[in-house]
Parts: sequence; C-alpha cells; structure tokens
Amino acid sequence: MLKSSLLAITAALMLTGGAAYAQDKTEIVFVGKNTGNPYFDSLTQGFVDACQVIACNFEFVAPATAEATSQIPFIEAQIQRGVDVIAISPNSPDALNQVFDSAREKGIIILTVNGDITGNEEHRDATILPTDFTKVGADQVEMVGSLIGYQGEIAILSATTEAPDQNFWIEGMNETLANDSKYANMSLVATVYGDDQPEKSTTEMEALLANYPDLKGVIAPTTVGIAAAAQVVQSRGIADQVKVTGLGLPSEMRDFVKDGTVEAFQLWSPYNEGWLAAHFAVDLKNGNATTDVGSTFEVPNLGTITINEGHSINTQSALTTFNASNIDEFNF
Amino acid sequence: MNQLRAILLRREAGIAVMIVLFCLAVGVVKPNFLTLNGLRIILLLVPLVMIAAMGQMMVLIARHVDLSIGSTLGFAAMVTGMMFRDMPEIWWPLGFAVAIGTGTLLGLFNGVLITAFRLPSIIVTLGTLNLYRGLTFIISDARQVDRQYIPSALKAMSQTSPIFGIPWIIFMAFGVALLTYWFVMHTRVGRQIYALGSNPEAAPLRGISTNRVTILVFALSGALAGLAGIMYASRWGFVNPSNTGYGFEFQVIAAVVIGGVSINGGVGTVLGTILGVLLLGCVGAALPFLGIPGTSQNAIFGAVILIALLIDRSVRSRGIAPLSLGRKRT
Repeated sequence: MLKSSLLAITAALMLTGGAAYAQDKTEIVFVGKNTGNPYFDSLTQGFVDACQVIACNFEFVAPATAEATSQIPFIEAQIQRGVDVIAISPNSPDALNQVFDSAREKGIIILTVNGDITGNEEHRDATILPTDFTKVGADQVEMVGSLIGYQGEIAILSATTEAPDQNFWIEGMNETLANDSKYANMSLVATVYGDDQPEKSTTEMEALLANYPDLKGVIAPTTVGIAAAAQVVQSRGIADQVKVTGLGLPSEMRDFVKDGTVEAFQLWSPYNEGWLAAHFAVDLKNGNATTDVGSTFEVPNLGTITINEGHSINTQSALTTFNASNIDEFNF
Repeated sequence: MNQLRAILLRREAGIAVMIVLFCLAVGVVKPNFLTLNGLRIILLLVPLVMIAAMGQMMVLIARHVDLSIGSTLGFAAMVTGMMFRDMPEIWWPLGFAVAIGTGTLLGLFNGVLITAFRLPSIIVTLGTLNLYRGLTFIISDARQVDRQYIPSALKAMSQTSPIFGIPWIIFMAFGVALLTYWFVMHTRVGRQIYALGSNPEAAPLRGISTNRVTILVFALSGALAGLAGIMYASRWGFVNPSNTGYGFEFQVIAAVVIGGVSINGGVGTVLGTILGVLLLGCVGAALPFLGIPGTSQNAIFGAVILIALLIDRSVRSRGIAPLSLGRKRT
C-alpha cells in the first residue's frame, strides 16, 4: 500500500544509505503520453523522489498531445543525449518499434511504464504495469456490485472506443458478469464512450440516466469519465439512486467522496510506478537486477518484486479502493 | 426597415426550422429527448460556446477570424484557477475580472499584431493559438488545477438556479447575447463593425478607423473567451493546461457559420448565431440519446454541420437574400 512520499524517502535513505553514491549516476528519462496530465504528475513524482535517494538523474519529457508518433522526436533526442534508460508510456503499440530498436542498439534500456506495446514486446526490455490488468474488470464489477447490493441495471462509461486498456477491462467486466453467478441479478444495459472529454462524458452520462431510468450503477474506468459522471449525479442530487464508481484519481475525486456523491472508487498508485521504475532502472544499469523472467529485486517500501511472464512487473497485486475513510492519505 | 425585418425573420427562420425538425425527428425515436430534462441537457451544453460565439461573430463580421479563442480560454481559465489555488482567501467574484481582463489582453495582442504589421488574422491567430497554449503550459508548470481549489460558489453557478432549475451560466450566456445585440445594432461602433467588414477599402473614407475597430473586435473576442474560461472552471470544476479549451475554436466557428455569419464579412446577426449554437447543442445532446456508438459520432456531427450549411446555401440561392446590414458589397 502506498505510504506518503516523505515516508518513502526516509525509508529508502535508511535502506540504500551511502552506497548509492559509490557508483555513477544512472541517467533516466521518462517520456510521458502528454504534458498536463495529472496522472503523470504523480508518476513523475515517484521518479523524482527515488532519484533523490538513489544514484540517478531524472528528466521528464512529453509531447503536447498524446498522438502515436509525437513521442518519436523526444526519444531520438534522448538517444543523441546518450541516456542510460528510457522509460516511456507509449502512445502507440507499434509506431515506436523502430526508434526503440535504434536506442537499444546504442545500449539504452527501454522500459515501458503504465502501458505496454502489446504484440511488439520484443522491442522493449521490460514493462512496468501498475497492477495485474487481467483482474481490473472483475474488481470493478465487484466494486459496483457491492455498492448496489448485487442487483439491478449497470452501465459502463468509458474513454475512447479504441483505447486498448479500456477495451481489455471492459471485456473483463463482461466476462465476469456473464460467468460469475454472484452477479446474476445484475445486467449491463449500455457501454458508452465519453472520449475523456468532460463535455462528452457528461452528455453520455445524462443520456444514460434518461434512457435507463432504473439504472443503479455506473462504472467509469477512466479519470475524466468518473469525475464527469460524479458531477452529473451530484448536481441532480441522485447519489442515493445511482452509484458511480470506477477508476479515478483521489485528487480529482476527493470532493465527491467527502460530500457522499461517490462512496468508493479504485485505482493503483501511479506514484509507486515511478518509484519502482527508477529503482529497477538503476539496478539494471548496475547489474543488480536482470529482466529474466522469475528473477527478483528489492524496492524499498514495495518489497521483493518478481519479473513475471513477458518481462512484466506489477507495482501492486490488486487495485486500491478509496473511500471516505482513507482518501486523505493519498496525495496524488 | 419592415422589409429588412422580414428578410431577417426568414433568414433565421430557416435555422430555427432545422432545429425543430431535428429535435422532432430525434423525439420520434427517443421520446424522452423532448422533455424538460432533454432541454436542460441541451442548454447546459451551450453557454461556453454561445459566449465565445458572440465574440467570434463580431470578428467574422469585421472580415477577420480568431482561431486563438480556445487557447485564450485555456490561458484565462488557468490564470484564474491558479489564483483561486494560490490565494484561497480571495473574494471569488474577482475571478471574473481576472479572467475577462486576461482574455482582453490576449485579444488586444492579436488585434495590435494584425493592425500594426498588416498581417492576415488567420495567420496571426494561428500563431497565438499555439503561443497562448504554450504559455498556459509554462505558467502552470503543465499542472492541472484540481476541483478542490475551484470555489464552491463558482461551481454552484453551473448547478443552482434562480428560476425553473435553469443554472446561472445559462442566464449569463443569454445575457451576453443580449448585450451583444444591443452593441452591434444600437451603438455607433457596433455599426462600424458591419461597415468595415462590408467594405474595408471604403470604411476609412466614411470616417471609420479601421485599426481601432479591428483591435476592438479582437479585444472583445478575447474578453468573451476569457469569460468562457472562468465559466469552464465553473462548469467542469477544474482547469487543465492541455484539455481546457482545446479545439474549442472549431465548435465556435462552426456554430457561428451555421448561424449565417458570413466568413466574407459584413453579414451576421446575434439571433442567427444563437440559433447556430443551439443547433450544434441539439446535435451534441441527441447523439448519445440515440445511442449512436462513439465511433460514428464525430462523423455524424461533421455531416450535420455540412448538411446545415448546404440547406442554408440552397435556401439562399433560391432568392432569400442574406441579411446584409452594412453597405452592400459588389
């Protein structure tokens, strides 16, 4: 579970101590999906805090828009600069293959963070994902089920129709609803897409309420969508009738949880992703860790981390649930 | 004057008929669209666009275009949001002055560049579209201003209502439209905007200061984009450096042009602009009601804009003259 960043720094200082300064600093750059995305502020902070206690220099770069090819010039610039590790949240599963290859030819380690290049895994060294994505769909169905007493109509408010993670989770939700008898009395009436825009997400949510007057719950597995859905429920004063949940950022959802609009929602810790990625990067560079499946390494606060099938690492095994009792403990 | 009025009514009547037919057609499929709730959803979609559309209308009438309004909205909203975050004790209505003031400055900058260097407005505002967006990133350090920092009273303006459950921002949008109507129809400077757009070469001969009027329309467009900026914070409860106002100029220009404002200048009315905004609002609200999949919505939205323009054009070519309040161009 996530601790405050201050605590993390202190703990890490005690564990790694002065040994870090004995080696050359590892140059790490993190290429974000786009700038101005609050999700990545928190992830980046994990890198920053880690590099204050272990031997690395960190830089964050990102294009203005999350387009497939917009990250390529940033990666090329970092290759020129001669960094040791490029961590990246890829905007495309295949557009970056070539530039990854040329980086790796120069000995640069490529780590995909928070999202992978599915189908092209051979072009990166390892991937760091926040949690086991195969469980997200089931966890979210359980979440909404517990809020509505496992009975009634539910709907999904997603981001864009082509977002791979969203579709993967929605698939998981559908499978869980169809196969687990615990949810036999729940029916999914609609899956709609708000394109991660507040206007569109709001209109889609309003249309859901108008078209399905008996709707009991909404899963919005996207930070913009869940906030928009919560705002609609809040302004219409129907929090008792329609339960909104999904994946959201505590910083964006705090007000809705405190005024009772949203009882509970989930996410992982983006901060821990950055924290883990920085430690893994330094360990890889110094030969204290490998990308071999089954090998392990230690990360202060997170314990022993195992490299899973597909050179994949999860920062936490299950989603964190946020509610009125714990939301103030999270600063992202 | 009566004749002029008749033309005006017919011209705008075309758009009004389109709105009614469209809504009725949607209502046949989804009866719950034609309810007070449906109307509420449509009206909540339009205030920001309507306010900025009034500014864009004046700019287009003056035979210019302002592509920078989305970025102006974003910058003004960010300045205001950061003020709320960093000075929580501040009297929140001051945010309106800050947002409008910031927008005005950015608009003035557009106007001065265009007049001082005799540059085409499409080029200048394409430049400032990027410049203002970039500055928004710089001043905010690319960080979002979160919901908890936006004053509750400001957020409440988008939710609470003095009359019939109609939130304040909707009244504000129509209030701005009324003021704009008064300004362009009943003030000397307002009339000069039409005269300038109708015939920029002749305007100076008639004692109109081309530069002054040009700078004025851009300042007004910026001011209204700034007002839309604080209303964004009110409506959505956050300000994001990359999303806030992104692509907004296209919605606004589409609405204004559907409303019958000519991109060749000199032609356009407040009523037409309001109807153009409402038509886009109806379409935007209707697509989710109809359950049209997200993959098709953009294409349908674009097609509706084109159809509206084509119907409008064919109606006009059959002899219904567009309203030209300035001197007729040849």
